[in-house]
Amino acid sequence: MFESQILTWLTFLPLAGAFALLLVKKENVKVIKAIAIATAGIEMLLSFALYASFDVGVTRMQFVINLPWVEQFGINYHLGIDGLSLLLIVMTTILTFLAILSSWRSVTKSVRGYYFSMLFLLTGMIGVFVALDLFVFYVFWEVMLVPMYFLIGIWGGLKRIYASIKFVLFTMFGSLLMLVALLYIYFAYYTQTGVHTFDLIALYSLNLPFGAQSWVYLAFALAFAIKVPIWPLHTWLPDAHVQAPTAGSVILAGVLLKMGTYGFLRICLPMFPEASIHYAPLMVGLALIGIVYGAFVAMVQKDIKSLVAFSSVSHMGFVMLGIFALNTQGMQGAVLQMLNHGITTGALFLIVGMIYERRHTRMISDFGGIAKVMPVFSAFFLIATLSSIGLPLTNGFVGEFMILLGAFKANWIYGTIAATGVILAAIYMLWMFQRVIWGKITHKENENLKDLTGLEKAVLIPLVVLIFWIGLAPNAMFKRMEPAVANILHIVRQADNAPEFFSAQDGEEEFNQDLANTPVDQQLNQSQENEHQSETLTQ
Amino acid sequence: MDFSGANLNFSLLLPEIALAISGFAILLFGVTKRGKDFGFGLGLLGLLAALAFTVQQWGSLETGFFGMVTKDGFSSLFNLIFLMGGVISIMISRSYLISKGIDKPEYYALILFSILGMMVMASTYDMIIIFLGLEIMSIPLYVLAGFNRKDPKSNEAGIKYFIMGAFASGFLLYGIALVYGAGATTDLRLIAANFHSLAQSSPMFLYAGAALILIGFGFKVAAVPFHMWAPDVYQGAPTPVTAFFSVGPKAAGFAALMRILAFGFDSMDEIQPILWTLAVLTMVVGNLLALFQDNIKRMLAYSSIAHAGYILVALTVGGESAVASGMYYLLGYTFINLGAFAILTILDTRDGTDSRFSEINGMAARHPYLASLLAIFMFSLAGFPPTAGFFGKLYIFSGAVDSGFIWLAIIGVMTSFVSVYYYMRVVVYCFFNKSDHPFAQVSLNPYLMVALLITAVGAIGLGVLPSFWIDLSRQAFASFL
Repeated sequence: MFESQILTWLTFLPLAGAFALLLVKKENVKVIKAIAIATAGIEMLLSFALYASFDVGVTRMQFVINLPWVEQFGINYHLGIDGLSLLLIVMTTILTFLAILSSWRSVTKSVRGYYFSMLFLLTGMIGVFVALDLFVFYVFWEVMLVPMYFLIGIWGGLKRIYASIKFVLFTMFGSLLMLVALLYIYFAYYTQTGVHTFDLIALYSLNLPFGAQSWVYLAFALAFAIKVPIWPLHTWLPDAHVQAPTAGSVILAGVLLKMGTYGFLRICLPMFPEASIHYAPLMVGLALIGIVYGAFVAMVQKDIKSLVAFSSVSHMGFVMLGIFALNTQGMQGAVLQMLNHGITTGALFLIVGMIYERRHTRMISDFGGIAKVMPVFSAFFLIATLSSIGLPLTNGFVGEFMILLGAFKANWIYGTIAATGVILAAIYMLWMFQRVIWGKITHKENENLKDLTGLEKAVLIPLVVLIFWIGLAPNAMFKRMEPAVANILHIVRQADNAPEFFSAQDGEEEFNQDLANTPVDQQLNQSQENEHQSETLTQ
Repeated sequence: MDFSGANLNFSLLLPEIALAISGFAILLFGVTKRGKDFGFGLGLLGLLAALAFTVQQWGSLETGFFGMVTKDGFSSLFNLIFLMGGVISIMISRSYLISKGIDKPEYYALILFSILGMMVMASTYDMIIIFLGLEIMSIPLYVLAGFNRKDPKSNEAGIKYFIMGAFASGFLLYGIALVYGAGATTDLRLIAANFHSLAQSSPMFLYAGAALILIGFGFKVAAVPFHMWAPDVYQGAPTPVTAFFSVGPKAAGFAALMRILAFGFDSMDEIQPILWTLAVLTMVVGNLLALFQDNIKRMLAYSSIAHAGYILVALTVGGESAVASGMYYLLGYTFINLGAFAILTILDTRDGTDSRFSEINGMAARHPYLASLLAIFMFSLAGFPPTAGFFGKLYIFSGAVDSGFIWLAIIGVMTSFVSVYYYMRVVVYCFFNKSDHPFAQVSLNPYLMVALLITAVGAIGLGVLPSFWIDLSRQAFASFL
């Protein structure tokens, strides 16, 4: 019962909560907020239950439910999770709960519509992470756009309309081409096996010739790359992030960007392994440009929020680099960095939102010496900043270190260029922090700023706990993601062993060297991984 | 004349008879002073009776009246589309007509007769009967377009529609005549059976005839480049009439085209390039021109042109899954477009409105539910899942990809990407913009509520639970082979 039902509950509970809001009169703001928070809270607890009952170290999909939906097309309501989705789901529910909590005071305009959108969005996000049917995946992927569009368009800043339309159009462009590609592989699979299915796991076994695979891969990659976003497709991001309301930015940066990288991991790599290997240098190149470019642009931002937004371009570049290093360290680091970026950037956006509510400006030059009037705030800000830079003991360090390890192993040039990104991050983050927090109070308006309220502390504390928990004991995360990562790499390497790719640069020898070069705990992972390779995917 | 094989089975025509009787009853009662108010009720009654007879006929496959009338799954499905469209149209018409002072019983009679014509068009394999149905459908439509006599724009719409319609009928009739010249028959079953021998003996007549028929229906379904009339007529006609225009005649035109192209001229491969050219032009031009409209009615006119393009993709591809996908699309489109027009009608019922974009500024603040419904219809028209609009497009494009028309599917999705922008504009005006002056209250009545409910349930239901309707569409196609 629990096994097969929990993912359905997890997906549709927020939607039920959203519709429950419609039963409340719109003037009854307190009840609306209470329902929204309760729904998000129960959702979070449900995801904790999921986390607790997740079977660590198993490759196969868990909590699977597979019911026919549109039988004529072989579309199934097929949900299931592995470690990768599990971690992202838990992050999503936590971030959404905190985002909703943080909106308690800041959102006063059409409150019911706001919380309706937030809960609706939550259903969409969870749906993307649990879907094991490409059709279901696509439906949630698109559905999620609608509430985000409203969140930016109604509750956003001055240029909100432009930003919201840009966001929708960019995403739609990619996903519509993805739809055609999706139909193509659907019929290609039918031609090969005589079965009409959108089932993700079944489609992994699809064997496309390289030419067709390239096109289909590029169509999917475009959709995901826009979402990540990879340079040069990132231009929607600063607009959307800056214009969105605080909670919207938290969800955008925290969860929506991860859907792009999740798509690469869940769909692109296992389904089109040859094309993935072939285009890996391209993806890595774009990721590296993104890392450096994002960092430089972030450096010159005058607005704290756009600085954080551009830092996302840089950080997501790291994630892409980790994925396309195509080795265990890189990919595990990438997955961890997906979580880290959600937590850290989420915290930073929340912090920016808090100061904005007090001063109604986000310009760096309007601040200075905030530490004197808001010490608690400054402490939280410092922790989030250091985590963003990747200081040891914080989560950012573990993720970036693993990614750099993977990158150096793939090619030392990758690693070197990426490492400059780390340095640049330290520069732009600390410089911004110094100008905002340290020094003398340069503006009179800042003298009487009130420090954080209890609610605001309550929102930030869980994130700080996560920052240190992952920083100090990342093994809990690695343990869970490892079989999933190993499985993806296993599929990719199998393709790599195919004769026409045997001579490829990042060939098999390098993977064998993995064992020799890695630290002990990594070897442990590696050997476990080899065990998993013998396991086949069920479900 | 020998009537032994005629099979004069009047039960075949029960839906049509129900419509005709109630239509005439409306006209008859309409001359009395008290009978004027019965127009709406009788009209609704007639449509529901016809709907009941259609459902009762479902699944039967029978031919009668010298083979001129065929009731099969195909005709039943299209009758359902026409009748649903009719029911929703008259439900949203009432309060509009009253407020504009044109609540005359003839209105309902004309709608009924027009639907009668559509049903005749869908229920035959004979091109002469198709033409007969087309005329029965079109003449009431000309009158309906100009129904608001006091409004010059409505007059213009009526005249324009009439002239273009007569022109199109001429093409069509000439085409039928040429085909008759080739095969000495107007029966599509005979043409289909003897196609290759006909194509050898008199290719000119057959091909030229087919081309002219295509042009004739191109006008009727407003395919580019035969679309010029549509925006003006749509904008000028009273809003509920536009609602009816955008679904009924279009569906009827496609019903006839499907019978003719996917059955009668199925073996004519030469027509495929013409069809995809039309499809591409229609999708591209319709969607691009819709971008630049500042009047919602006009924007929806271009959008309905664009949607005809998607259905032309289905016709281009041909074969079971594609034609069935076209039918499914029409069914979903009927609900979505009528829903959008229902809300537009509600807005236009207020005085001094001209359905400009700026008029819906700040609508969401005043009428959140109505605005949300409008947003649902817009998202559905734009093809967002999980709505009928999305599944319809998926169905059509999957047919295209399956048959190797990947490039056509790519053009299709790219044009529907363009459409996202102008549909989203409605949402922007409605939700994001603030109104300069207070948004004038709209009034709802139970009929409008029911119409909105039906269309909303249809728009979402067809997307979430499409299986039943896919089967119906497939059976409909299977029945005419």
